[in-house]
Amino acid sequence: MEAIVLQLLSGLDGGSAYALIALGLTLIFGTLGVVNFAHGALFMIGAFCTVTLQRILTLSHTVIDDTQKDFLGNPLKVQVPYIQDWFGEATSAAIIDWSVPLAIIFAIPVMLIIGIVMERGLIKHFYKRPHADQILVTFGLAIVLQEIIKAYYGANPIPAPAPDVFKGSFDFGQLLGFEANRIIYPYWRLVYFGFATIVIASVFAFLQFTTFGMVVRAGMADRETVGLLGIDIDKRFTMMFGLAACVAGLAGVMYTPINSPNYHMGMDFLVISFVVVVVGGMGSLPGAVLAGFVLGILQSFASMREVIEVLPGINQVVIYLAAIIILLTRPRGLLGKRGVMED
Amino acid sequence: MFGLNAKDTRLLLIVIGLVVFAPFLMNPFPTDSGLAQFNAGYPDLMQRFVIFGIFAIGFNILFGLTGYLSFGHAAFLGAGSYAAVWMLKLLTINVIPAILISTLVAGAFALLIGFISLRRSGIYFSILTLAFAQMAFALAASVLTPITGGETGLQTALNDPRILDGAASGTGNIPAPALFGLEMRDSWDWVVGGWSFTFNAGYYLAGLFMIGAFYLSILIFRSPFGLMLKAIKTNQTRLNYTGLNSRPYTLAAFVISGMYAGLAGGLMASMDPLAGAERMQWTASGEVVLMAILGGAGTLIGPVLGAGFIKYFENIFSKINDNVLHQWFAFMPDGIENFLVTILHPFVGKGWHLTLGLVFMLVVIFLPGGLVEGGQRIGRLFSRKKKTDDSPNADTKPAE
Amino acid sequence: MSKSNFTRRGLLKTGALAGAGLSAPTLFSPVWADGHAGYTNAPAGGTVTLGFNVPQSGPYADEGADELRAYELAVEHLNGGGDGGMMNTFSSNALKGNGILGKKVEYVTGDTQTKPDAARASAKSMIEKDGAIMITGGSSSGVAVAVQALCQEAGIIFMAGLTHSNDTTGKDKKANGFRHFFNSYMSGAALAPILGANYGKDRKAYHLTADYNWGYTTEEAVRTSTEAMGWETVAAVKTPLAQTDFKDYVAPVLQSGADVLVLNHYGGNMVNSLTSAVQFGLREAQANGKNFEIIVPLYSRLMAKGAGENVKGIFGSTNWHWSLTDEGSKAFVKSFGTKYGFPPSQAAHTCYVQTLLYADAAERAGTFNPCGIAEALEGFEFDGMGNGKTLYRAEDHQCFKDVLVVKGKENPTSEFDLLEIVEVTPAAQVTYDASIFGGDLGTCNPGA
Repeated sequence: MEAIVLQLLSGLDGGSAYALIALGLTLIFGTLGVVNFAHGALFMIGAFCTVTLQRILTLSHTVIDDTQKDFLGNPLKVQVPYIQDWFGEATSAAIIDWSVPLAIIFAIPVMLIIGIVMERGLIKHFYKRPHADQILVTFGLAIVLQEIIKAYYGANPIPAPAPDVFKGSFDFGQLLGFEANRIIYPYWRLVYFGFATIVIASVFAFLQFTTFGMVVRAGMADRETVGLLGIDIDKRFTMMFGLAACVAGLAGVMYTPINSPNYHMGMDFLVISFVVVVVGGMGSLPGAVLAGFVLGILQSFASMREVIEVLPGINQVVIYLAAIIILLTRPRGLLGKRGVMED
Repeated sequence: MFGLNAKDTRLLLIVIGLVVFAPFLMNPFPTDSGLAQFNAGYPDLMQRFVIFGIFAIGFNILFGLTGYLSFGHAAFLGAGSYAAVWMLKLLTINVIPAILISTLVAGAFALLIGFISLRRSGIYFSILTLAFAQMAFALAASVLTPITGGETGLQTALNDPRILDGAASGTGNIPAPALFGLEMRDSWDWVVGGWSFTFNAGYYLAGLFMIGAFYLSILIFRSPFGLMLKAIKTNQTRLNYTGLNSRPYTLAAFVISGMYAGLAGGLMASMDPLAGAERMQWTASGEVVLMAILGGAGTLIGPVLGAGFIKYFENIFSKINDNVLHQWFAFMPDGIENFLVTILHPFVGKGWHLTLGLVFMLVVIFLPGGLVEGGQRIGRLFSRKKKTDDSPNADTKPAE
Repeated sequence: MSKSNFTRRGLLKTGALAGAGLSAPTLFSPVWADGHAGYTNAPAGGTVTLGFNVPQSGPYADEGADELRAYELAVEHLNGGGDGGMMNTFSSNALKGNGILGKKVEYVTGDTQTKPDAARASAKSMIEKDGAIMITGGSSSGVAVAVQALCQEAGIIFMAGLTHSNDTTGKDKKANGFRHFFNSYMSGAALAPILGANYGKDRKAYHLTADYNWGYTTEEAVRTSTEAMGWETVAAVKTPLAQTDFKDYVAPVLQSGADVLVLNHYGGNMVNSLTSAVQFGLREAQANGKNFEIIVPLYSRLMAKGAGENVKGIFGSTNWHWSLTDEGSKAFVKSFGTKYGFPPSQAAHTCYVQTLLYADAAERAGTFNPCGIAEALEGFEFDGMGNGKTLYRAEDHQCFKDVLVVKGKENPTSEFDLLEIVEVTPAAQVTYDASIFGGDLGTCNPGA
């Protein structure tokens, strides 16, 4: 019983990550109709916003400490962050400790700009081009972005720990009346889950309840008619792209304490997020979110020791197997619309 | 000639010429010049050019004609490779059975996957093929290790049974794959002046298959079957309304294209008896998609060009290190030399991916029809004054 | 632009210059055979070319970059440049700083991409195009096994880089291949006594194992050696190699009744699984009345850096570490650190040593013929290259030397100071019988 509750929690956690990443993708891919292979790269850049902020906060000057030696036997050069000089040791340590949440503030404008520049500079010219061309150009862009990050930050993962207050785990078991220490879950992962829920809800609310959202939804349904009404739908689509980039970037920022960021983390998520979007159904935002959670939970249960012992290798393939079964039983995925990217 | 019209015959002859004279064309620079770094005329890379050419031609039969974008085509190449290596291990070191069986195994595999995946179209089809291929990859790398050799890959071994040509040879070395005694790695070097040209047995065998594969693909493109496939691409719904069931046609195209992939896999294993799981990974499937689009999807020659282009970058640019750069610019004053090396450094060696990504973007932005369109534009530049009718022929029209 | 004896064809040319027209080609001789010299790519002229095949893209690119630095340093030292590094402490005095056998050492580089296929393609181009006489490098066992087999076929010596699987010199061993790095078996044998001493002999272990060949051999090695001293293995779960978030696998560990978690993961897998394990509070947890413990059988400093604070206090093993104080290690750290500004990684060390060992063997054998070099390396005993007295065993071409048991350092003084050496396990304690992993060395292949 405890095992099942725990695996369910883990599945919800994984599902929220999938849903959040797929949400941004489906805004671009499912609604603007652009096959964006650079979406994983946007996620990765978001994660590196955290790393960049961390680097900025720890920009240091060197103090030579004669009492200690470095590996060559020379006096040790100690790096002292500038903010330590400005704010004193305790405050600066606290700021650095909170660099991941702070990176949200840093990442929003950065990702918006990247998204808008990307759309205006490149994607705009590809709305009318075949999907094949979109794949090639966005894949090329993804490689370029990835290589730029690699050139600056190397290929090794870079640790970006969560603030100290979020270290440790929450004891769910006791809450539900189980023994202590049977069902525990890390605080930061709960934060991520909550964060994902808020972002997803805000995007839905934005599209559902604002005039802007209404126009965008109308534009997705019939771009020409909306244009004829004298509304500048292009500008709206640009903003949508910026929003999608933002969502992807924020998913990346908050993900850094879970997995140390590296330059190819985007590619690792790219395939899975396409699967999530398509299983959810093209053109459906709720579909993408639902598919994210369904696949996350399935994967969690398929990773249980008891399951692997019965079906060896099931943990390797469960997502794809589920995708095949869902797509064969429901022609347009879970909540897909007729005619979107079906030809 | 060959049952083709004049234009196609010319194209086929060009391809034959390219394959036959590749050892010269690929080694244009004298071996002791600084530019020798760009020579690609060594057996392994030439083999890769034609083998990936076959793979891309086959992929294009499906994608270029029907518009169905398979994102799991590498699975068939992988299956073919495994089948071929097992033939080399169990049956004989002769490559003929390996190549035949690999094609058949991949065909059967494609029949199975195609039968299921073709129930959906568009992006749903792509994701179905992707899912099958990823499953094949994940299982081959882990639980199927006894059959596939796992992550290390399947290799020939000294104690393989090889029931047709005897058990382990006493030499203590594993025999190399051969065609009736002619080893695939056998080569003949011809040194002329500053140049050196290598003629490799395996390359010419693979090249022969490539010419055959190309010829067959022209026939398919020009056949009523090919027209039917193009009709599917143009408007499948309308085709269905005429009472035609399009699925047998698409399935046939899928299986043929899977067999091409299997043939490529079989040839790869015959040139170099190793089959690894990563040949089935989505990145490998993605690579053939990129090859087709980069070269020009839907054109006959485009995918071959795309395949050559990508493999060239992977194998040549990745080997240019700072040391080589310094040699190139050694004749310049030190300051300029270092400056140029610094400028070029991020784009070569470990940065070869960056260059490749930039090239992808540049090609698709400026040459919407892929490399083929680039060729056409150059061609038009030279033939402008002749004012011939340059109505785009069916084989040079970019994909929809 | 003027010169380059970089390629074999450049060398071929010298022979064929006079003819200026057609030379009489030998029909259908393997391309890598140089016809008359009796072995593949026999160096002509005043240079010899080595092939450095390292990961330059993909997750191990940084490790590859460090390997490449070590190779460049080794070439510099072989050609008489720099301070000579370990050449001064090496027990064999055959190397004189004038290249190898009087020929200047040149090199070519390639990208393995940590994929067997790509690694073989890259190695083949070095052999076929550039005329490399020896291939070395790599950062995974899959690549090592694949390239080693290729070198065997081609008649080239392969000096393995970082590869830890038992298979490389076990079931997939080859006469032309040599490994200096240690392996899973040695990790298990070295770790077990330290774990017993620190954590007691009555422990219940839970294994998470990367689902591929290296993971299997490592799990087996650690299980065998810990079970021999009384530990119990509660469960062993295989995790996909492509896994990035290990929460699904780490979450059930505490409920299983285990009190030790063994992470048979390397590279990015290890960074992520360790991070997950620490997040789930396993390091502070209590189980069966004891402190819960985590073990990482194979450590690398680069990966420890990726895992950050999470490695503190966690035991593992490593091939070599820059804080060793023997003369060889000190000399190497000094010349590497002076040139690049930071201490070398274990991958860099093994690659540097392999290059020197190859050069030394060629000097002692008096030839570049792979069979001569193999003979010189087989059963070769040396010292002064770090890790104390070392033996290149003839039966499986595996090096036997002291193995380091390390632990994540609690108070690092710099970003390189992440591991502290707990114990140097003597070679005798990790030596095993050459036949236990099966495989067949075959005979050395000179190619031509």
